[in-house]
Amino acid sequence: MDLNDRIVITGIGLTAPNGNNLSEYRKNLLDGKANIQRIETRYMGPVLAGVCNFDPLRYQTKKEIRNGTRAGSIGIYCAHEAIRDSGVDWQGIDRSRVGIYEGITEHGNVETENEIYNISQFNYDTKYWSHHHNPRTVANNPAGEVSINLKITGPHYTIGAACAAGNAGLIHGVQMLRLKEIDFALAGGVSESIHTFGIFAAFRSQGALGEHNEPNKASRPFDTARNGIVVSEGGCIYTLERLEDALKRKAKIYGEIVGYGLNSDATDTVLPNPERQAECIQLALKKAGLHPKDIHLVNTHATSTNQGDIQECEALRQIFKDCPHTYFNNTKSFIGHAMGAAGALELAGNLPSFEDATIHATINVDNLDPACELNNLVINKPLKVNNVDTILNNSFGMLGINSVVIIKKYIY
Amino acid sequence: MKAEDIKKIILNIISEIAPDEDLSNIKEEVRLRDQLALDSMDFLDIVMELRKKYGIEVPEGDYIHLASLESCIKYLLPKFNRT
Repeated sequence: MDLNDRIVITGIGLTAPNGNNLSEYRKNLLDGKANIQRIETRYMGPVLAGVCNFDPLRYQTKKEIRNGTRAGSIGIYCAHEAIRDSGVDWQGIDRSRVGIYEGITEHGNVETENEIYNISQFNYDTKYWSHHHNPRTVANNPAGEVSINLKITGPHYTIGAACAAGNAGLIHGVQMLRLKEIDFALAGGVSESIHTFGIFAAFRSQGALGEHNEPNKASRPFDTARNGIVVSEGGCIYTLERLEDALKRKAKIYGEIVGYGLNSDATDTVLPNPERQAECIQLALKKAGLHPKDIHLVNTHATSTNQGDIQECEALRQIFKDCPHTYFNNTKSFIGHAMGAAGALELAGNLPSFEDATIHATINVDNLDPACELNNLVINKPLKVNNVDTILNNSFGMLGINSVVIIKKYIY
Repeated sequence: MKAEDIKKIILNIISEIAPDEDLSNIKEEVRLRDQLALDSMDFLDIVMELRKKYGIEVPEGDYIHLASLESCIKYLLPKFNRT
């Protein structure tokens, strides 16, 4: 493949419930440190959630924070951190050739709920409805706030793809770079969903809201006692560049995005479809020119729901049945489900495996569900292996949207 | 209510909607926009806060009276004293 079509990751900015930069996040993943809290939610009382504690004032004024959204702040923090990490000459870059592509599961529910609550204090008189509501709730808001804050005049928009969105944002960045629409991408995903009661209430009504007396044990994919999703906020933005440009400026290269897959189940609004998931993985492998046995680490999407975890394992067993050197893990067991950020954030937690040849564990597996058994599932403590050269990252979402990315270690 | 009270009310509202601004040396007769980084959305915030906190309505045609602290006080004083 031409150097111009090869796309690499050159910077990472993130905020997760257990880390506000890659080294802190990775250390906590290797040390087995989850961070789930019990928070108060309007109308519902306490629920379990992953909360980020980055300082938004690092890159925003108080007024920007007041007028904007939490997703906007998360995106701005991650974008600044990614740019700084990339080492690119930001003052010298042509900002009309920078694209911002942020995956979101949903956006606007938080702000709408807040306004409805606000006018409820005034007998539902809509003249008290804020004029900030529209700019806060347009679907491009989280990416648009990044554009304004960083004075980026290239395209900005969000990619709505439910919980497959983080990967989808990344994939879109790759596509736009290959099409030469832009020269530099800020791509990934963000989520502010823990600030809406609706997502918790809906998962509870669905019988899919995770609960445990000890918050850090609530997100427990593959364990027999799993009882649902722990919703988290978070964000992860990557700087992506064509390999030629990255080499020219001697950038640090975290890895090359060698393959991706996006497809749809076309079967159900909430239930996953293992056949389509398997097809999506095959699609990514084909694009990458790799065989299942070439994959060293699979980061699973499993969200700690009864059916979803089993069905993903079915898909994985189909594809990786003869792959003795493929290992599996799950990042949600530490940080919960960061929704639109999940795919991008979980991938980031695993990219350091290229350097340290260590696979972070899936924690909270006290009793492995036999229906979730996978050869080489890394549980409860990290595993040192000979080498990790390829990572396959799964992310699936409601309405049956599947996304898979494959990252390969870049050998200089 | 006196002019000084109205001034305090307006400055309090501005401190909430423009929390990064230094309001210690605001000149009453100079346009607020010429002294502070305020845009049209911020002026709508002032209108909204007057409505929410004090039940004062400022019709769109009267927004011009919110230009400076001095004009705010002159315009709002009779409204506050009517409520």
